[in-house]
Amino acid sequence: MTEKNIYLPYLMRITQITEESPAVKTFRLEFVDEVAAQNFNFKTGQFGLYSAFGEGESTFCIASSPTRKGYIECTFREVGRVTAALADKEVGDIVGFRGPYGNVFPLEAWKGKNLVFIAGGIALPPLRSVIWNCLDLRDWFKDITVVYGARSVADLVYKHELKEWNERTDINLVTTVDPGGETPDWTGKVGFVPPVVEQLGLSAENTVAIVCGPPIMIKLTLPVLEKLGFAPDQIFTTLENRMKCGLGKCGRCNTGSSYVCKDGPVYTLAQLNELPAEY
Amino acid sequence: MADTFKLTHENLDGLFAVLRKDGRRVLAPVDADGRTELNDVEKPGQVSKSYIQTIMSAKDVVFPKVERLLSYTTEPGSVELHDAEPHALPTVLFGVRPCEAKAFGALDAVFNWDYRDKFFNARLEKMAVIGVSCTKADDACFCTSVGGGPADTKGSDILLTPIDGGYLAEVLTDKGKAIQALAPQLFTPGNGVDKAMIAAKLEQAFDQPALTAKLPGMFENKLWEGQSLRCIGCGACAYVCPTCVCFDIQEEADPKQGQRLRCWDSCGFSMFTLHASGHNPRETQSARWRQRIYHKFSTYPERYQMLGCVGCGKCTRACPVDMNLREHLVEAANA
Repeated sequence: MTEKNIYLPYLMRITQITEESPAVKTFRLEFVDEVAAQNFNFKTGQFGLYSAFGEGESTFCIASSPTRKGYIECTFREVGRVTAALADKEVGDIVGFRGPYGNVFPLEAWKGKNLVFIAGGIALPPLRSVIWNCLDLRDWFKDITVVYGARSVADLVYKHELKEWNERTDINLVTTVDPGGETPDWTGKVGFVPPVVEQLGLSAENTVAIVCGPPIMIKLTLPVLEKLGFAPDQIFTTLENRMKCGLGKCGRCNTGSSYVCKDGPVYTLAQLNELPAEY
Repeated sequence: MADTFKLTHENLDGLFAVLRKDGRRVLAPVDADGRTELNDVEKPGQVSKSYIQTIMSAKDVVFPKVERLLSYTTEPGSVELHDAEPHALPTVLFGVRPCEAKAFGALDAVFNWDYRDKFFNARLEKMAVIGVSCTKADDACFCTSVGGGPADTKGSDILLTPIDGGYLAEVLTDKGKAIQALAPQLFTPGNGVDKAMIAAKLEQAFDQPALTAKLPGMFENKLWEGQSLRCIGCGACAYVCPTCVCFDIQEEADPKQGQRLRCWDSCGFSMFTLHASGHNPRETQSARWRQRIYHKFSTYPERYQMLGCVGCGKCTRACPVDMNLREHLVEAANA
């Protein structure tokens, strides 16, 4: 048989584990096979299927930037059978990875523009890949703003990187936690993401907004962006429908005539407006 | 134009023997325990005489209910992966109806539109279809409404149409010619029969291109809810469907080894789209029923320039709550 088995994952060794927040971890993964490592390429926005052998596969974005070579990272919350098995892994253990799959954020098209990233909770990981990618190509873009909210201070992920972004002068980071989620030493904002975005006085001119978060955050943030003058094709998001194959076959992520795994996961609001809201 | 021959009953007997001698199994509709299903046969005499359709489709020949995609052994700190090879048996599908023969094209579209699925392809390559035209239809049939017909050749490598003393045989593809070449003497000159006179007459029930054109504007129509009120979400329609291709990938493992399996699934199941967060994009049975219709009559034409339905009516016959797809499509077309 000369055809390749498209379901075979790469074997990846866990080289670093970061505890991000309660039940949320980041794995740094390196290819066991050196040839695979050298041939591997991805672009920001793409995702993969990560396997815990013995339990199955789960879909997460690639949370690291393609500008950082030699590894990929994924961040996941322990919620089910596969993620629980992954959470049990230790540095040195082997997991599987299939990918990269799906489309990409159009960084080339964003050259010369201001970027506003808006993320909620566990939805920062897909944007973190883009943010680092953009920071590593900093002179391509004008102002970079990140608004990141979580239920509580403990729920913020990538705390060390938030600190780093906060200290950098070439990125404007605004963090917020839901009322009641603050701690005595919290210096960020208190409030939900949509009003925080509204108060920033952002201009939609020559700006793209990249939004990712729980459905309620997205639902309430979009009207704010609209009010600020963002057109639907200036607003990007990344969907994560349930998937099994990632290859445009198993049918799960199909919404309208789109396969999120093939035509997405990156969509503009203009594109989403053409699809039934089954995501 | 296909080359047309006559294949007498006696010569069909001979053809079965030749095919088996060539190392192929012959699967054909067989009556057993009150059902008609595909089964291994040695002689045409074993083939059902009265079937309109088998209950299950023939899709499992190329897309088994459960198929191993890979296996592995694990030890602390290491995993050994083993590729899986489909053990595809050389198979002749005899007696499937033209609708089902055509359905393999719809499966092929999904399995190969972008990434190529070697499991499906290995099985498809080793399969040949000797279809048999329908001389009768039932209330569930609607092939003529979806671009097919009781004597349609599409998807068959050889299509047989019953005539006095045997069959009219249209040899349609290279695979068909290869079968003929195994025993060319069995195929005698055709006699210029008009097969349309023999085939079942089935009136077109609805205007499919018009339906496909109006579906995008009907998404919020209450009709989907009405039609699906009695749907119990059992998934039988998807399991018997010759084009339903949606699948799940499951793990079967013990602490030291395991395998990854592809299993049939259905968009009619609530868990099909359920997110880990608990959010479900298709929360109600009516949304899932609507997805079934839209996937076959809107998504398929848009993405693959073909329909995801061949009008075989298997779903209707299998439905435990008597949902009739043809009637529902007529209702949608007239809405």
